[in-house]
Amino acid sequence: MKRGLVIIGGGPAGLAAAIKASESGADDILIIERDKSLGGILNQCIHNGFGLHRFKEELSGPEYAGRFIKMLESTSVSVMTDTMVLDVTGDKKVVCVSAEHGYMEIEAGAIVLAMGCRERTRGAIGIPGDRPSGVFTAGTAQRYLNLEGYMCGRRVVILGSGDIGLIMARRMSLEGAKVLACVEVMPYSGGLMRNIVQCLEDFDIPLYLSHTVTDVVSENGRVSRITVQKVDDKRMPIKGTEMHFDCDTLLLSVGLIPENELTKAAGIEIDPRTNGAIVSENMETSIPGVFASGNVVHVHDLVDYVSMESERAGQAAAEYLKNPSEVSCALEIKNGASVTYTVPKRIKNTEKPVGVFFRVNRIFEKSAIRVTAGDEILVSYPRAHMAPGEMEKITLTSETLKKAQRKSIVISCEEAN
Amino acid sequence: MFDVAIIGCGITGAATAFMLSKYKLNLVVLEKENDIALGATRANSAIIHAGYDPKPGTMMARLNVRGCELAETLSKDLDVSYIKNGSLVLAFSEKEMETVKELYDRGVKNGVPGQKILSKEEVLEMEPHVSSAVIGALYAPSAGIINPWEYALAFAETAVLNGCEIRLNSGVTGIEKADFGYRLHTEEGYVDAKFVVNSAGVDSAAVHEMVAPKAFTIKPSRGDYYLMDKAEGNKAKCVLFQCPSEAGKGVLVSPTVHGNLIVGPNAVSCTDAHRVNTTQEGLAFVKQMAAKSVPDINYRNAIRNFAGMRANTDRDDFIIGMAQDQFLDLAGIKSPGLTSAPAIGEEAVKILSENGLTLIPKENPVTTRKTLRFKHLSGEEKARLVKENPLYGRVICRCETITEGEIVQAIHSPVPPVSIDGVKRRAGSGMGRCQGGFCGPRVLEILARETGKPPLSIMKDKEGSYILTEEIKKEAKS
Amino acid sequence: MKNLICIVCPRGCRLAVDEENGCAVSGNQCQRGAEYGKNEILNPVRTLTTTVRIESKIMKLCPVRTEKPIPKAKMFDAVKALNAISLKAPVQTGDVAFENILSTGVNVIVTRDISE
Repeated sequence: MKRGLVIIGGGPAGLAAAIKASESGADDILIIERDKSLGGILNQCIHNGFGLHRFKEELSGPEYAGRFIKMLESTSVSVMTDTMVLDVTGDKKVVCVSAEHGYMEIEAGAIVLAMGCRERTRGAIGIPGDRPSGVFTAGTAQRYLNLEGYMCGRRVVILGSGDIGLIMARRMSLEGAKVLACVEVMPYSGGLMRNIVQCLEDFDIPLYLSHTVTDVVSENGRVSRITVQKVDDKRMPIKGTEMHFDCDTLLLSVGLIPENELTKAAGIEIDPRTNGAIVSENMETSIPGVFASGNVVHVHDLVDYVSMESERAGQAAAEYLKNPSEVSCALEIKNGASVTYTVPKRIKNTEKPVGVFFRVNRIFEKSAIRVTAGDEILVSYPRAHMAPGEMEKITLTSETLKKAQRKSIVISCEEAN
Repeated sequence: MFDVAIIGCGITGAATAFMLSKYKLNLVVLEKENDIALGATRANSAIIHAGYDPKPGTMMARLNVRGCELAETLSKDLDVSYIKNGSLVLAFSEKEMETVKELYDRGVKNGVPGQKILSKEEVLEMEPHVSSAVIGALYAPSAGIINPWEYALAFAETAVLNGCEIRLNSGVTGIEKADFGYRLHTEEGYVDAKFVVNSAGVDSAAVHEMVAPKAFTIKPSRGDYYLMDKAEGNKAKCVLFQCPSEAGKGVLVSPTVHGNLIVGPNAVSCTDAHRVNTTQEGLAFVKQMAAKSVPDINYRNAIRNFAGMRANTDRDDFIIGMAQDQFLDLAGIKSPGLTSAPAIGEEAVKILSENGLTLIPKENPVTTRKTLRFKHLSGEEKARLVKENPLYGRVICRCETITEGEIVQAIHSPVPPVSIDGVKRRAGSGMGRCQGGFCGPRVLEILARETGKPPLSIMKDKEGSYILTEEIKKEAKS
Repeated sequence: MKNLICIVCPRGCRLAVDEENGCAVSGNQCQRGAEYGKNEILNPVRTLTTTVRIESKIMKLCPVRTEKPIPKAKMFDAVKALNAISLKAPVQTGDVAFENILSTGVNVIVTRDISE
């Protein structure tokens, strides 16, 4: 089977990419979605806070997804749900399977990878102790509660102050659970400040910064007690600071990882900092005609930016289908001081403004983002506050890009004088 | 009345049941947990040892080498994941090189085939991730890796197909001597049997003492492990051991049959043989020790840590022999117990027969097993299978590509699982990097549907390990 | 002076509200922040998001939210009231699931289309 554009994933990234590609003149677009309905993880994110940038309104996750699904309905994009992609090859073959359509091999003209991300688990962060039931990632608990209608705990400790964990603290509290504490190993929260206020403070849930879970004890196969300890500068537990919580549940909100098994299988270059594909400003990966966008590239904290980024991918994919050419990289963006990563990493076209997303590795109060080429400061952006939990965005104008008389520019952050 | 009752369905009990099930016998296995292989069998290094380690002349030496030999054919016949990837005992000093030579000599005496002592260069050529501080190694090509719970399941399922009964949640609480043999009291009523086999793992001393005076003491020893993502799976090709010394047996680094990397264990003697928790200190020790062999393991790629309990005893050798008339101990089956299990099973058959059990071979016993694994099929086979049964077209576990068809098949297998982890051990769902985060809720739903049980009653693992606490909004009315 | 973090949008502005001075707000980057700061002292409100039962072939629960924020103190009682009702598919985003919840004058609306 041959298709024009195959989009892997029907969550916010895939939806936005499909709609934009269709608007940009691509036809024969196919979205492959593993779940039974479109919308991705937004379907279980029933809380509000989505769409402020995009729609200037505060929507819930399903509402935000719903708007895109409606837009999709007015296009000719076809959708296969309940279908799993098994493999993507370097020459753009997509192998997938579904109960309804069977086993399929699709030759795609272009591909957008929009598989999203998954949660880090207990094993990934190496929490010692017993291995009973009652340890859930926040997203799993969210699915049970919001989609399946089951509570998975009565007395809960949350490790990690990522947004999903905070949202679940409120959600489980409202449904009758007692959330005893939220524990964060870093000296600052990993989630948005507004969620600390309205999900923890509103419910009198204490937040322990610079603390971690150091033991899980079970009784009859279920979590019965959690030990929490303060950590030192190197994040090592400090003896004598043990606190014990009698609880039946430990929720983990300890980070998200882009889901790039297919990306890697296709031989696409990965940025070890993001665990996602290295992309240029049009979201093209190291394989021409294969694009990636959304949380599969880097983990966003606002879905509005996922949509924005995915529209770039959708438009670029449509352009690629019209004119499948390989454009070389004109400029590389390097991580400077205090910058963990940037997306994009490469710039092909310096004629147009380029939006760059990045994260800082520590808290900044009054500070400046600097873009430099060699010794020359090309541009500088003031900031009142920056934090690792909050993605930064700058737009590099064409003038700035052209000023860079080199193959690379550096983005860095420092305190303002 | 059963001819033989086996107490405990770990790898030893399962292998024994399998070996006995080829004869015309009325068999029962009594397992105290809600699934088989939940003790030492499910949490260990998963190694088929070559057999240079045990002292020559011991039962352990003989059964280890025989078990290693049997693993190759049994894994093929019973469709158990097994790779004969060989092992290296790494030496980092001249003193350790001497140990390597001693092990080599012992291996020769024990009948280990094909051993070789390798130079530094040979080791590094075979294993580019091994520390360049290595000076040589003992290579044993007959060593391998296996999926331990699949091995036990393969034995148990085949035994069941041969008519053996497996009773779960049936811990033995007391044993009475009777004129026919023994009456075994369990949590679920009693069982009468002419012969009894005690393969109760860490509880084998307690079971022994139900019929005979105290003869040995279990000294449980816990070991912590890291299991790494497949991204780290290439850090070792062979099983990489360190030299045993006064300080301990060292920590191993090995690929697993699933392509992951396993690192561990330490050894901590414990008082509670049933608490298998990992500790910060234990895991830190494992990391530090493993770095000596393979310095560049990235622990950010860990997907799980776990601990296993070895049924060590106050004796050096396995404790295999008649404890009383018609009562056989298969106790203290510590390392290399997994490797030795089928040989222990053969040995049990032989001893029981010498002690009065009549053995009449069945004409056509089941001796093979085949499990369908969607991801291992070719494109054409996949297409055909999904057409025949669309459930194979619905992927439930994304990380390991396990389909609904395989999960349903596992749920209706000869030893049916009752928990999410039981399904995991049979179908492989939830084994991957997300550790069941995505597929857990769906497996729960399928398990509830297929067994007709309410979702709230589905356990993650053993009895008591409930997942859901309540259904919300039940009082709602339209 | 009371220091608050604005929760109106994900920007999280750090506000200072002068209780002595008619709850004058500083630190806000938009007018909504000023309103929030004042309200948070005088009458804190929150948008409630939760689920209600639905009779449907495909879903067990339907996500809902209050159309406007309701008094923070009424969150638990509002969830309780919503736990007692059940909708019937089909429903559309924006449909009123519960009118005038707890006499706040605020409707609770459906946030997902559920077709059957």
